[in-house]
Amino acid sequence: MLDWWLPENVSTYGRDIDWLFHLIYAITGVTFILVAAAMIAFLIMYRDRPGRRARYTHGNTTLEIVWTIVPALILVVLTALSAPAWSKIKMTRPPSDFVVDVTAKQFNWQVKHPGSEKVFLDEMHVPVNKVIHVDLKSQDVIHSFFVPQFRIKQDAVPGRSIIAWFEVTKPGKYEWPCAELCGFGHSGMRGWIYVHSAEDYKKWAAENLTAEAKPAEATAAAEPAKPAEQKTGGKAKK
Amino acid sequence: MSAHVATAHTAHEHHDMGFVRTYVFSTDHKMIARQFLFMGLLMMVLGGLLALIVRWQLAWPETAVPGLGMILKETGGILEPSTYNMAFTMHATIMIFFVIMPILAGAFGNFCIPLMIGARDMAFPTLNMLSFWVTATAGVIMLSGFFVEGGHAAAGWTSYAPLSAVAQYTGVNWGQNLWCISLFVMGVGSMMGSINYITTIINMRAPGMHLFRMPLVVWSLFITAILLLLALPVLTSAVAMLLFDRTLGTSWFAPSGGGEPLLWQHLFWYFGHPEVYILILPAMGIASEILPVFCRKPIFGYHAMAFSMIAIAFLSWIVYGHHMFVSGMSPALGMAFTVTTMIIAVPSAIKTFNWLGTLWGGRLQFKVPMLFALGFVGMFVIGGLSGIFMASTPVDIYIQDTYFIVAHIHYVVFGGSIFGAFAGIYFWFPKMFGRMLNPALGHLHFWGTLIFFNWVFFPMHIIGVGGQMRRIYNPMQYEFLQHQQHWNVFMTYGALLLGLTQILFVINFFWSLFGGRKAPMNPWNSNTLEWTAPSPPPHLNWGAHVPTVYRGPYEYSDPDAREDFLPQTQAPVGAGARRH
Repeated sequence: MLDWWLPENVSTYGRDIDWLFHLIYAITGVTFILVAAAMIAFLIMYRDRPGRRARYTHGNTTLEIVWTIVPALILVVLTALSAPAWSKIKMTRPPSDFVVDVTAKQFNWQVKHPGSEKVFLDEMHVPVNKVIHVDLKSQDVIHSFFVPQFRIKQDAVPGRSIIAWFEVTKPGKYEWPCAELCGFGHSGMRGWIYVHSAEDYKKWAAENLTAEAKPAEATAAAEPAKPAEQKTGGKAKK
Repeated sequence: MSAHVATAHTAHEHHDMGFVRTYVFSTDHKMIARQFLFMGLLMMVLGGLLALIVRWQLAWPETAVPGLGMILKETGGILEPSTYNMAFTMHATIMIFFVIMPILAGAFGNFCIPLMIGARDMAFPTLNMLSFWVTATAGVIMLSGFFVEGGHAAAGWTSYAPLSAVAQYTGVNWGQNLWCISLFVMGVGSMMGSINYITTIINMRAPGMHLFRMPLVVWSLFITAILLLLALPVLTSAVAMLLFDRTLGTSWFAPSGGGEPLLWQHLFWYFGHPEVYILILPAMGIASEILPVFCRKPIFGYHAMAFSMIAIAFLSWIVYGHHMFVSGMSPALGMAFTVTTMIIAVPSAIKTFNWLGTLWGGRLQFKVPMLFALGFVGMFVIGGLSGIFMASTPVDIYIQDTYFIVAHIHYVVFGGSIFGAFAGIYFWFPKMFGRMLNPALGHLHFWGTLIFFNWVFFPMHIIGVGGQMRRIYNPMQYEFLQHQQHWNVFMTYGALLLGLTQILFVINFFWSLFGGRKAPMNPWNSNTLEWTAPSPPPHLNWGAHVPTVYRGPYEYSDPDAREDFLPQTQAPVGAGARRH
């Protein structure tokens, strides 16, 4: 029931996360039903009735051992199953030549695409089916890079440059909120990530990232970018 | 203390103590317990109202909150984002530090420990009094933050630096400073209390009260006190450093001066995770105390219960990193914290199975304390199981900072700690105030609380899985959240009903305080020592002699005993007596 609410997954490692989510959901769901059933059964069976005396027992060592070892084994298996996905997502990221530079600030994402110094606000364009590296920085407080449909979340920490990555399997427009409280404008701090087919991305890049971009779109991008550029003194910016 | 001296002392005290010494600056552990209880309940009203304000904004964003127009005159009662941030920050701060801690550790710690181990008072009565007044001062400092320019702290109860470290980032100046000062002072008060608890339990147990004859609630408070003693200083140091960053220009946490934002998180969670167990262990102890009494049956696996709490206490120091999986901390460290977090689930599972074992074959009496204790077990199971999702690092990447976490923490600290606190209040109220609470109102209060609690907090799992972030002002600003907004409305109705239900408790509490049926000495036919003292116990608790203990605390329905209970103090008679 819970998993009906998971947003559609469009990233490669999102499948691993969703698989683990469903596994844990199944394990905890079954455990909950068993415990709740036992509890309700006991509450009915052993309710106070005249003439009955409670069973005089202080416990049972065998039972104690069983209900220590069984949960422990389940949790060991869960840990073992979690490790590969974690390693894939955070530890051994695949190489990429496509690095997007994202510097968060109150209350925008400032984006620089590969091969361009132009700063886009709250807008990122990437090709589909390609490993994307995000060089994540912050110039003021902690923000968090969250794209629900990519199953990615990574805090942007001032003073650090953290590489996060994702690979999207479906073109589209995806919402990109900040997930860490970053001040009064935290709510509503969000951008959009546009995932294009390889050709569409090339086309978009040629039109928007080069110096001779179309005037109309250039102003659209440059206008909000202004305040960001004024703050180049910010330590996080290169 | 010899019996002779004690009697003389009692008589002496009765002459001497005026109003101030009896009710205000009292050194009597029972009066201090009542003071902590009243403080906690009073603050709960404020914390609860703040929660309702937050819920109102989430259901009907940017509409006037009824009644708030009187305070927020410029906006006519509509919350602004900064006020909203302040509301949830202070809701959590107050509930954790000034409701649950004072009630569970402060009130029950003070009331139960001496009475249940057979001591006449705490080891250091004056320090005990100071502990309350220092904590109360911290409460006043915390409240004063609402009245300063710029508003109260608004960086979340976790106050992540540098948001909390630099005034310009939130626009909050003295609010955050007072937040730091208040928690610093509270930390000092809590240290006084914990030293007292530990010393009292180690040194002042009645004759025959071996460590493994102590009631489990005393075990839980003992372990809680040790955690408090070791964890709170980390918080007090951290808030002092934060305050220095804000006022003296140091740079512990702000990178502009060479500081490290993650240092705050390490310090905060190194305190923060043991803190979670500080909030839940006493409730576990209360449940373990109440279940045997109303099952008329010994607790299942007494030693397993005690040792699992000790295991939790040790492990709680090495799991804190699971709050920081996506913080930028080394991912290798993240994996290590997954292992420890999975391990700490085991003692919690052991406890749950032992509670079920206690129910098995019992003779269950559904009195109000029992209902709340059972509610505690049920809600704790849900809170415990939802924790497994977070322990798995890859899944945590997705659910971190969503409402799934909010659901989890409320199942643990409301479904767990607050249900435990209610169970304890209904159970010990007769001993504390000498009057019985009204059972009919109690039943209504329980069922209302149970139903509306789940109504409010269960759907938070759903919207969390749907991706709703915590601490956002208006979910409707996000396209991917709009389709689940009806849940937010639904939950807020539940929250309002949950709030209304608590009025039943307030009525019951105050009406019974003065007009309730007079409580007998042992209304629940319980075995432990507090029930051998009058209700309410006088100064120094027992008359001429402190009780002598002959057996463990849970000897119910012993086939060799005539009654279905066998008090710890009843001397064994003849050969038929059994030793436990």
